[in-house]
Amino acid sequence: MARQLREVVFVDGVRTPFGKAKGQYAETRADDLVIKCIRELMRRNPDLPPERVDEVAIAATTQIGDQGLTIGRTAALLAGLPRSVPGYAIDRMCAGAMTAVTTTASGIAFGAYDVVIAGGVEHMGRHPMGEQVDPNPRIVAEKIVDPEALSMGNTAENLHDRYPTITKDRADAYAVRSQQKTAQAYADGRIQPDLVPVATRSAEAGWGLATTDEPPRPGTTVEDLAALKTPFRPHGRVTAGNSAGINDGATAALLADEETARELGLPVKMRLVSYSFTGVEPEVMGAGPIPATEKALSQAGLTIDDIGAFEVNEAFAVQVLAFLEHFGIADDDPRVNPFGGAIAMGHPLASSGVRLMNQLAATFAEHPEIRYGVTTMCIGIGMGGTVIWENPHHSATQDEVA
Amino acid sequence: MVSTSSTNRYIDDAELRELLDRASALSEAEVVTEAKARDVALPLGAGTMVLVTLDNGHDHTRPNTFGPRSLRSLNEALDAALAREDVVAVGVTGKPFILAAGADLSGLGGLTSRDDAKMIARIGHGVFAKLDREIGGKPTFGFVNGLALGGGLEVGLNCTYRTVQDSAPALGLPEVMLGLIPGWGGAWLVPNLVGADTAVRLILENPLNQGKTLTGHQAFELGLADAELGGADFLEQSLLWAAKVLTGAVTVERPEVDRGEAWDAAVAQGKGIADSKTGGASPAAYRAVDLIAAAKSSTKVEGFAAEDEALADLVMTPELKAGLYSFDLVQKRAKRPAGAPDRSLARPVTKVGIVGAGLMASQLALLFARRLQVPVVLTDLDQERVDKGVGYVHAEIDKLLGKGRVGPDKANRLKALVSGAVDKAEVFADADFVVEAVFEEMKIKKQVFADVEKVVSPEAVLATNTSSLSITEMAADLEHPERVVGFHFFNPVAVMPLLEIVKGEQTDDATLATAFATGKALKKTTILVKDSPSFIVNRLLGRFMGEVGKIVDEGTPLAVADGAFAGVAPMPPFFLLSLVGPAIALHNNETLHGAFPDRFYVSPNLQALVAARKTSVYLPDFSIDPEVAEIFAAPADGTALEPAAVRERTLSALADEARRMLDEGVVAAPEDIDLAMITGAGFSFWNGGLTMLLDREGISEKVTGATFH
Repeated sequence: MARQLREVVFVDGVRTPFGKAKGQYAETRADDLVIKCIRELMRRNPDLPPERVDEVAIAATTQIGDQGLTIGRTAALLAGLPRSVPGYAIDRMCAGAMTAVTTTASGIAFGAYDVVIAGGVEHMGRHPMGEQVDPNPRIVAEKIVDPEALSMGNTAENLHDRYPTITKDRADAYAVRSQQKTAQAYADGRIQPDLVPVATRSAEAGWGLATTDEPPRPGTTVEDLAALKTPFRPHGRVTAGNSAGINDGATAALLADEETARELGLPVKMRLVSYSFTGVEPEVMGAGPIPATEKALSQAGLTIDDIGAFEVNEAFAVQVLAFLEHFGIADDDPRVNPFGGAIAMGHPLASSGVRLMNQLAATFAEHPEIRYGVTTMCIGIGMGGTVIWENPHHSATQDEVA
Repeated sequence: MVSTSSTNRYIDDAELRELLDRASALSEAEVVTEAKARDVALPLGAGTMVLVTLDNGHDHTRPNTFGPRSLRSLNEALDAALAREDVVAVGVTGKPFILAAGADLSGLGGLTSRDDAKMIARIGHGVFAKLDREIGGKPTFGFVNGLALGGGLEVGLNCTYRTVQDSAPALGLPEVMLGLIPGWGGAWLVPNLVGADTAVRLILENPLNQGKTLTGHQAFELGLADAELGGADFLEQSLLWAAKVLTGAVTVERPEVDRGEAWDAAVAQGKGIADSKTGGASPAAYRAVDLIAAAKSSTKVEGFAAEDEALADLVMTPELKAGLYSFDLVQKRAKRPAGAPDRSLARPVTKVGIVGAGLMASQLALLFARRLQVPVVLTDLDQERVDKGVGYVHAEIDKLLGKGRVGPDKANRLKALVSGAVDKAEVFADADFVVEAVFEEMKIKKQVFADVEKVVSPEAVLATNTSSLSITEMAADLEHPERVVGFHFFNPVAVMPLLEIVKGEQTDDATLATAFATGKALKKTTILVKDSPSFIVNRLLGRFMGEVGKIVDEGTPLAVADGAFAGVAPMPPFFLLSLVGPAIALHNNETLHGAFPDRFYVSPNLQALVAARKTSVYLPDFSIDPEVAEIFAAPADGTALEPAAVRERTLSALADEARRMLDEGVVAAPEDIDLAMITGAGFSFWNGGLTMLLDREGISEKVTGATFH
């Protein structure tokens, strides 16, 4: 049988407002967060018959408790999707949702699915990173992984060592800009369209409604950040201010075979070009996006100069700066994270991949002159993940469609 | 600042606060449902809503209730929200799964004066009335997120708009069942919102139909809510809907209420329901009818005032006291049967044997299979009877399948669980619980148990569904008499909640505990009874029927006797006789006569009826069968009693019998008699079963020299 690969498109994506651990979602279940995203996706796309959803892939790093029980399947049932719609759980730490997207996208390209839901959730308040992990003693005994690799903060310090030109001041300046850009994006109403309001239970205060991200600190200055402690090393560089926080949140995206999307009248916000996951030394996991992006570019036959928009996950400022330095991009290049990033908005591990995609899609819609964009992130235990997308609003791609 | 005091036409705000304080002082032990107010930025830029969450700090097993302190908390929250100019609307919702279960009933029993009772009515009205835009000054939204009964539903009904969660399990106004009326606005608001017809259904028909409630979806269909939303994001979507209403994106349209003849017809129908269900015996039902009738033309303030008066009157009635007593029996005592051994002593039941394959046995087989989901084997004398019994059960399962009560897989599972055999030896060998439902004769039952004992393990429980025979005697000749227990169901088995569990002299605790655990798994109300003739319900009904039979035999027309018990028994005595079957009723009377010849009468006319093979006193059109009338013809020198005298003489006999049963230790307390009569004989909630009624009418004192309570 002759097979033809099919084009995969990003139809739509939503997320909950992100919360600080023990903050607005302290009494809200993790699965409920992602269920509300799935419901909203279905509501926003009424032309999609629910039974046409062929898969629900939901990522979570810590798959226990309310993030366990094969969360993709249970979330689908609890969201009211037909029982015929299957689902499963995915884990690639920070790149969980990104992996949910690429894995199901591969299924679409292969012809196994027409339409899928891919997303992620991490309720770090309920499930702190490392909850109930049981590392194999050979990791230490045989020096397979530097034990420091298991602490993400240490890996960020290690990355500063690798790039001595990336100073604490540069990292702090980057972090302040992230806060400023997020505040501006909120003021301009760019973030809100893809947020799903979440009713927040509080036994003490009664029900509330979460409509905005809780983590941002809009007025942050470099002076504020300079005063922060460096918990991972004495006189180190990594602080709570130039890192993403410990957060709760969920995301979900709708992907489809391009023809199916057009047949059903679904919007096409982005077209998948290529993706790559690449391993690096676990103790400098923040370097991961560099080889992952190079590989994805090479698969696509593109160079870094073809990329008009970047959504780089800000687990740590140093990790973004290392990426930019490697590719010769300025720290304040306007193509990079125009809405700010995880340092301001938060990084609920396995959910963040789709947040990057939502924001890239928003940038594409505003900028038809941009043809290609990148979403990329570093991943614990030493990996990077990159997805390259094409802007369907770009004139060149418009011609192709026509 | 919006002053609520100047616009609250129902009650002056200062007076309301004073009443709330006064009532709160009487309510020290109240579990307070706090009104927790929080600002919510509504979507679509609709502005700020103050969202009030009702939460008593417990989980869903202890629902929110409204006592005075809870109302005071809500009052303060509403005042604060309504006074704010930056607030566009107020929302009210509940803790997870629960809006509120209504008024705090524990406080009602302690009210000692009509004034105090009226105060409770007024504070509820006064606080809830602020949810009226005309009074409070802001549009309000009731987000009915789960269980909402009585005052819990009324808090929503008082709001300008309502959303309801489609799967919410229990919505209703059950007050009339207890002996109250929906007195915090329900009786006026419901007919004015959705018409008198639906009001009659909600306020009268459902409460008097075993307290039936609505799902959220049903409530929406009836117009009690303006929107229904799914549970996955009910509150988020409710807030969005509220924002759409406030911004004009959604216009709430409600059908015009028919204020013409339909209203009067509904009221007449309500009166008919009150008559047929209570026979004039429960004032609450009639007050509810009156309130619905008056709501046709009264203003809201007038309607609320009428509810105040009705509630104040009713709280002081013995029927309410009895209603609360009955409520407590079925809610609490039924769940912790008096005298039952520790449940840890119960043995697991993994297979059930049933001796007999007749109608009763088949009904038992269906019940055991459905509830315990373990193999059930019917045995009988020959294959034909066995096949008939199993066939009956399988046909009943098919009926359940046809009605959608079980799915095809479940139907297959249940059918596979029920089998039959002629030879007990193999099929009973691994049964843990064998119940016999063979002919009601001691010799036969003893033989059955002797046969069963040969094939079952020494621990297997042997239960008898006898309605009158001695458990002790039945067990006497067995090798293990300690494993025999009485397990007496009521017909129809699937419907009647009562299961009398009878302890023989040698019955051990493990057997008894297993019987109680099994009864609970069968979802029956279990009551421990001493081994005694006809146990509780049949003994009292036997005395009742015997006395009525004697009165008719002595010359009172049958129709007069049948008309004398409205409001006492669920149906007239000769209806009951026809339902049970004259032969079975006669058998019960004869058995009791054998035990207590002085008190239990065997009617020659009833014997003649049975001899004539009549199965009913009434024809299908409910007229008395002329041939039966001939059998029951009054003797030439007879005495015809008036209905009141029939009633008093019969109730006196019941008072005498109930007192004797307590003296003999047949049951632990009068509460067990009443629980049995409510759940096994359909006696009324508002009478408190039997003994509360006998006390209230002075009969206990007159007959026995003392009251039961």
